[in-house]
Amino acid sequence: MALSNVLHAPAAGFNFDHAARNAELEGLFDAQIPKPVKTGTTIAGVVFKDGVVLGADTRATSSEIVADKMCSKIHYIAPNIYCCGAGTAADTEKTTELLSSNLTIFSLNSGRNPRVVMAVNILQEMLYRYHGQIGASLILGGVDCTGNHLYTVGPYGSVNTMPYLAMGSGDLAALGILEDGYKPDLELDKAKELVRAAIHAGVMNDLASGNNIDICVLTREGVDHIRPYQVSQYKDKRKTKYKYGAGTTAVLTEKVVPVKLEVVEETVQRMDTA
Amino acid sequence: MVVLKGYGMLRHSRTIMRTAHGRIIQRASKYRIVHDVDLYRMFRIENATQPDVRVFRTESARDGITMNSRGLRSQLKDSVPVAGLCPQGAYGIQDCLRSGFSSVKNELLPSHPLELSEKNFQPNKDKMNFSTLRNIQGLHAPLKLQMEYRAARQIQRLPFLPSSNLALDTLRGNDESIGFEDILCDPAQSEMMGEPHLMVEYNLGLL
Repeated sequence: MALSNVLHAPAAGFNFDHAARNAELEGLFDAQIPKPVKTGTTIAGVVFKDGVVLGADTRATSSEIVADKMCSKIHYIAPNIYCCGAGTAADTEKTTELLSSNLTIFSLNSGRNPRVVMAVNILQEMLYRYHGQIGASLILGGVDCTGNHLYTVGPYGSVNTMPYLAMGSGDLAALGILEDGYKPDLELDKAKELVRAAIHAGVMNDLASGNNIDICVLTREGVDHIRPYQVSQYKDKRKTKYKYGAGTTAVLTEKVVPVKLEVVEETVQRMDTA
Repeated sequence: MVVLKGYGMLRHSRTIMRTAHGRIIQRASKYRIVHDVDLYRMFRIENATQPDVRVFRTESARDGITMNSRGLRSQLKDSVPVAGLCPQGAYGIQDCLRSGFSSVKNELLPSHPLELSEKNFQPNKDKMNFSTLRNIQGLHAPLKLQMEYRAARQIQRLPFLPSSNLALDTLRGNDESIGFEDILCDPAQSEMMGEPHLMVEYNLGLL
């Protein structure tokens, strides 16, 4: 039976129609394919006496070029949960936004603040479902009724919990500082200084991390998101506006020619004003 | 376990596919797509008496998609096939303009590692939940739930209009969560619509 013009709408969600074509084209345009923006990064977190401190650098790279010098890597998830993201920038953004939306729906439905384990479970299920194709390594920290928590979720869905964690391309440098300086039940100032030193080590020793350092302190009382906590000492003196003031260019001669206009045609149209 | 209203029991069987060289690319005989839920078949224990499906990809001159074909048989069995349930174009042939040239390789094997698992995500999730429920509470629990699902699936608008499937989503628990299927490729915002008269006649079987 010949059927013409009967439409089957594509299913919702990811569409793989062009995957075969893209695979065929892969070898042809090597030099011209734009690379995705990665937050090749240093992110770290430390659990201290009254809560959790999260820290991150602010550089986003697109292969060898710095794409963003002031990007924000500490994302809001819930009033009591924040998340640092490393990996592909768009993936971390959208994943954390989805997570935040899901937790908002939950808290509106149940009237409670979400727990950090809930956020971790949702993330883990989502990332495992896509088998690592979503390149997001995240450090989640939060304070809820059961205490102060710090978790890390890898791109394939692996979860780890420790009192101090670091992720990203600068994680080895940061972990060195954290391993050396961490003690249980730190005070707030010591914890902030430890995280700052860890991120600073990442900034100094890793090419893909740099510029400023952001810190986010989560306690039972509230959240203190300090951007920037430490500004990079290497600043460039570029102006953002390039508008020149009047009189910058010298005027050599001036000639004014008036333009004469003649009336060619005149029509009058009456308006109906009632 | 795919949804097409007003179709009853539709069965579609595929035969053995051969390449131009006579080599069997994939043996997919007795491969049935049942459009209504076949409860008895879903819950009986199946013996692995069918021969193993071996998937060969012949490497052409240009490097095609290399993929790990280990888990492929379990994904291809009893699930929505790669090309979709019906050919997309007019007169039952694949529409070259919209979906490119067709080949046996493209129709049988997925072009992306996630393609099959995403297409079958909802049916697989339902199967897993129902079999767990069956093991815990007995056969009555999934049977009753399946009955409700069937009833909820029949609540649709006219054939050419997209439906929100609110009742079905509520039953599944999807109304309280947001995923990529709510953001990307939303059927309510699709730019193409079927021709109303033809779609209605197709649904009523008059075409």
